[in-house]
Amino acid sequence: MDVTFFTAWIQEIIRVLSINRDLLTRLDAAIGDADHGTNLDRGFTSVRQALSDTPPDTPGQLLTLVGNTLIRRVGGASGPLYGSLFRQLGKSLGDAPEVSLDDLAAAFATGLESVTRLGKAAEGDKTMVDALAPAARTLSSAAREGLKPGEAFGRAAAAAAEGAKATIPLQARKGRASYLGPRSVGHEDPGAASAALILSALHP
Amino acid sequence: MKKLINDAESVVADALTGLAAAHPALRVDVEARVVWRADAPRVGKVALVSGGGSGHEPLHAGFVGYGMLDAACPGEIFTSPVPDQVVAATERVDGGAGVLHVIKNYTGDVMNFELAAELCAQQGMAVASVLVDDDVAVQDSLYTAGRRGTGATLFVEKIAGAVAEAGAPLAEATRVAGAVVARSRSFGIALTSCAVPAAGKPTFDLPETEVELGIGIHGEPGRTRAPLASARDLAAVAMDAVHGDLPLAGDLLVMVNGMGGTPLIELYIAFAEVEAYIRGKGARVARSLVGNYVTSLDMQGFSVTVCQLDDELTELWDAPVQTPSLRWGR
Repeated sequence: MDVTFFTAWIQEIIRVLSINRDLLTRLDAAIGDADHGTNLDRGFTSVRQALSDTPPDTPGQLLTLVGNTLIRRVGGASGPLYGSLFRQLGKSLGDAPEVSLDDLAAAFATGLESVTRLGKAAEGDKTMVDALAPAARTLSSAAREGLKPGEAFGRAAAAAAEGAKATIPLQARKGRASYLGPRSVGHEDPGAASAALILSALHP
Repeated sequence: MKKLINDAESVVADALTGLAAAHPALRVDVEARVVWRADAPRVGKVALVSGGGSGHEPLHAGFVGYGMLDAACPGEIFTSPVPDQVVAATERVDGGAGVLHVIKNYTGDVMNFELAAELCAQQGMAVASVLVDDDVAVQDSLYTAGRRGTGATLFVEKIAGAVAEAGAPLAEATRVAGAVVARSRSFGIALTSCAVPAAGKPTFDLPETEVELGIGIHGEPGRTRAPLASARDLAAVAMDAVHGDLPLAGDLLVMVNGMGGTPLIELYIAFAEVEAYIRGKGARVARSLVGNYVTSLDMQGFSVTVCQLDDELTELWDAPVQTPSLRWGR
């Protein structure tokens, strides 16, 4: 997987988030402050601009640029959190022009760590971690089993989607939804939903 | 929902353009989203910087000026500013004596200010911070994001601003800001939701006969829903929550704050009830503020913020202030 592969992933994320902008904002209106879709859409629109201004040469450079742009443009909690995820992915992949599924799985694991460290959230707190963690685990086991990237990505996306849906019955313990206490039960977490969309954009 | 805007995408920039035009004592960088005092940086004076999502006006930009904030960085509607904004604001007002960041306790605000503080430190600026978390509707525990920062933010900005204006060092301004937080509590009640411009419709539906208790300042639902009641009963709900957390005693600074869509006449009705409640507990309203100061766009409703005063804090509250939205003694 080279810089072209990762560029295609980011372009697909931009497309998927734009289509789902209003859905994410609606989810956020129920248990947050009704801006998750607009914020991510704004951030990834800036990413599109940044990529065309300075086309990166390696997967690592590309993902670092994505992370920095999100931190600089999104604001809220999702900016620093997604920004750290992508920045860490970029850092882990280093200067390599080509990365393997093993490399990507390892990078995802460290990316997840940076998100949980910054957000202080654990699985089950009803946050994006509930989608990212099962996806990272699935990628790792797929890499160990020697699956082809396409199959691994399909499984990771499914795990993320399942994790996002599983936030519905949970009471939020982190983020803005936590202020609602028991009233946060019965709604899908918007951060988990956007994380699942980002994973669903990963095609071979 | 009707809105007096040009374009939902340009709400914050258009409002900053108006702020700049209306208040020549302020400097406004619409592109960088920073508002600062025209006389900043002041050499040797500790600078105060705050910021947060837009939609809470006049907080924070309306409190930039003599005796209060040196700079504010407004984010998108209800979205914390990005680190670049905070760094830009800090650079513009740092007079060499250090900068105090006033942060409302929300996950996003805390993260963006922390990232900004790291960058400021790398540039050699001395930065301290105070976290405002006064909202008693939220239980503070290891398993939550902690209490929200709401009305007490104004108290912190005014009182710490007075300390800084008097020439105190950064550690002293930080200490006093922390004391205000420790002595302040808030509780809010909504009669309606609010409409975020980009969404175009109210964030949630609230029937004519119901209110939301324990709201924050982002148009989000509160802790519980209850039947609409009189101003007396609603004030009692808010004050019971405040009193239950920090018993009312001695001289108090009391703000009855409108959420943006409540007429002042109704806020004064609420204030009368709050004052009677406080008197009933044997405490006294020594200083007060009634009006729309920490708002949630066009939400109808109010919040009460109470701070236990001592001589030092009273004197600092009374010190001169000259900002677009808070002005006395000068």
